[in-house]
Amino acid sequence: MQKRFAAIWFRYLLTDRYTIREPALRDKPFVLASPERGRMIVRAANMRAEKKGIVTGMVVADARAVLPTLQVMDEVSGMSDKLLSALAKWSIRYTPVVAVDPPDGLILDVSGCAHLWGGEEAYIKDILTRLKKAGYEVHAAIADTAGTAWAISRYGEKGGIVEPGRQAEALFSLPPAALRLEQPVLQRLDKLGLTNIRSFMNMPRQALRRRFGQQLLTRLDQALGVEIEPIEPVIPIEPFQERLPLFDPVRTATGIEIAIQKLLEALCVRLVKEGKGLRVAVLKCFRVDGKLEQVQISTNRPTRNSIHLFKLFELKIASIEPDLGIELFVMEAPVIEDVSPEQEKLWNMSGSYNNVAVAELLDAIAGKIGAQGIRRYLPDEHYLPERSVRLAASLEEEPAIAWRTDLPRPIHLLSKPEPIQVTVPIPDYPPMNFEYKGKLHKVSKADGPERIEQEWWLQAGLYRDYYCVEDEDGSRYWLFRSGSYDKHEPKWFVHGFFA
Amino acid sequence: MNTTAEKNNIIRDLEREILSLQGLVKRSGTHPLDIGLGSIENAFPNQTFPVAAMHEFISYSREEAAATNGFIGGLLGKLMHHGGACLWIGNKRTIFPAGLKNFGIDPERIIFIDLIKPKDILWTVEEALKCSALAAVVGELTELNFKESRRLQLAVEQSRVTGLLHRYNPLVENTVACVSRWKIQPMVSEAADGMPGVGWPRWNVQLQKIRNGKPGSWQVEWTSEGFSVKSRPLMRFEKFELLQTG
Repeated sequence: MQKRFAAIWFRYLLTDRYTIREPALRDKPFVLASPERGRMIVRAANMRAEKKGIVTGMVVADARAVLPTLQVMDEVSGMSDKLLSALAKWSIRYTPVVAVDPPDGLILDVSGCAHLWGGEEAYIKDILTRLKKAGYEVHAAIADTAGTAWAISRYGEKGGIVEPGRQAEALFSLPPAALRLEQPVLQRLDKLGLTNIRSFMNMPRQALRRRFGQQLLTRLDQALGVEIEPIEPVIPIEPFQERLPLFDPVRTATGIEIAIQKLLEALCVRLVKEGKGLRVAVLKCFRVDGKLEQVQISTNRPTRNSIHLFKLFELKIASIEPDLGIELFVMEAPVIEDVSPEQEKLWNMSGSYNNVAVAELLDAIAGKIGAQGIRRYLPDEHYLPERSVRLAASLEEEPAIAWRTDLPRPIHLLSKPEPIQVTVPIPDYPPMNFEYKGKLHKVSKADGPERIEQEWWLQAGLYRDYYCVEDEDGSRYWLFRSGSYDKHEPKWFVHGFFA
Repeated sequence: MNTTAEKNNIIRDLEREILSLQGLVKRSGTHPLDIGLGSIENAFPNQTFPVAAMHEFISYSREEAAATNGFIGGLLGKLMHHGGACLWIGNKRTIFPAGLKNFGIDPERIIFIDLIKPKDILWTVEEALKCSALAAVVGELTELNFKESRRLQLAVEQSRVTGLLHRYNPLVENTVACVSRWKIQPMVSEAADGMPGVGWPRWNVQLQKIRNGKPGSWQVEWTSEGFSVKSRPLMRFEKFELLQTG
């Protein structure tokens, strides 16, 4: 596909930022300075200061001599990087691939994006007006290569768009600095009177390399598109992502539903084609006022069933606040897993407890209520009843050991044993009666004791002697005594109820 | 003149027609599920336990709740016999999975969903009942009004899942659109051969309401072979008593 790049240049990036913060500075010349070798050096000057001849790299004392009213502010180190990366993230609305171009620019890979704004002119105009409205002085250009776009945005007469394949003509009249060369190379070119690119573009390459080094040739080739220049996106490209920009902002739930359906269908077509299923999907809604609304769903199994995924998102629509309207929807699938068709068939067999329909139901429940409430239990190799079961890690996990049925286990187990008062013949008999919740139960039948020792490597405590007892009404309880009568004063507890 | 036998035949045919109009058709090709309730099954329409319906269980104390869950466990064991998962939805999970194994259930096949708000429980039960891949759904609710129960019943009619609603300590025993209302109370057990110790769990099973069936009360024991009904129905609810409960 034909590649197109846009370069955005923030002419006064740092000072514009200060002006946005403090509009009173707009009409005053000011500079940002930081110390270097014991002197204050100008790092950035705003437009008014530049008009007076104050440029970056000047000593502040000299600048003050030129303009006594000059305001000097301390430069915050690393601020331009921060600003640029924030701006780059903001620009994601225009294209998924945005790279930071330090110290004061951005490079956008706009291939296949501009038509959504109605052509490259409208596209670039939209970027410029928005950034200008925000308070930045910006220049931008679109060309086949990042190099040419960079050159035109900085040195072009009236910025703008370079038609596909016409980089050479666009570069002809520009100074060599437009090729992003280092200072010594530029000085040498200047010394030899090569003041524009046209004058050395067609020179023999060997001669150029010998006199100016490899860098000049590389930059020239990159600008002309002979060599590919890789750009590093601020946000690595999400491989599974669908975008839906809208001309009119959407504010209604119906509108959001339609958008989600469209995005999911496109995403699922791609997933099916590549034999994958998604585990997590994120819907990002870019609002007109610059806020980002985000909802996320996750599934128990890799899935590419758009109807099911839509159902999961449907539960979340209520939590999206469109406010003034949403102008761009982005659907991402950050977690992807392989799905094999055989697997799908297996799951759809009815009767299996981990089939697709059940997984989809659990997804819906997890989406609405939260996944922490959904539990499956497997047997564990412990004797203490509260440790004899453990949570299953997943829907598919099978028990590693068999469930024990040789010992009596109650159907209800209290999460915390409740203390009871008992009358009991010592040392080792079940109680004759016990008081639980203010009611006296006379024990008529009893089984036990079943002694369960504490697992000393896990927790300290006394052993427990468990009894199953039945009272005169027929209610069956699981009681235990912790410890024995010869050493301690043991306590009695009720721990469960038998059916 | 028709003889009595002919009259009876006509009445039986008409009854069957009414049952089929009410959706209680014997599905051709599928074997009727053997729920293992023995003589209690005579109380059900068509002498089969109504699957694809909602059953209501009411308990008032912890002991009764345990007995009720034991009985539900016995039913689930049969319902899940042919595979399929079960969702057990409640707000405070007291069930001890290891204890379910004694009722013929593989505890790992039950998915427990523990929720806090009754509204969420109701929503989840309804969603679960719509999922035909499940064998059964157990919902632990306290309050349920008629309108809510109608929604659940409609979901069940579509998906043919069996729903078991366990209402613990409800304020009123209001009318709900369930096909039956059960009360299970623990009873004094008897160990085999008069040996000391606690015997098989034994319950007093009251079937207080059953649509198109005959309510009754039985003594049921859960043994290693399954349900074993100890006595003939102790009493038939007479007509005036039915009016009282309804």
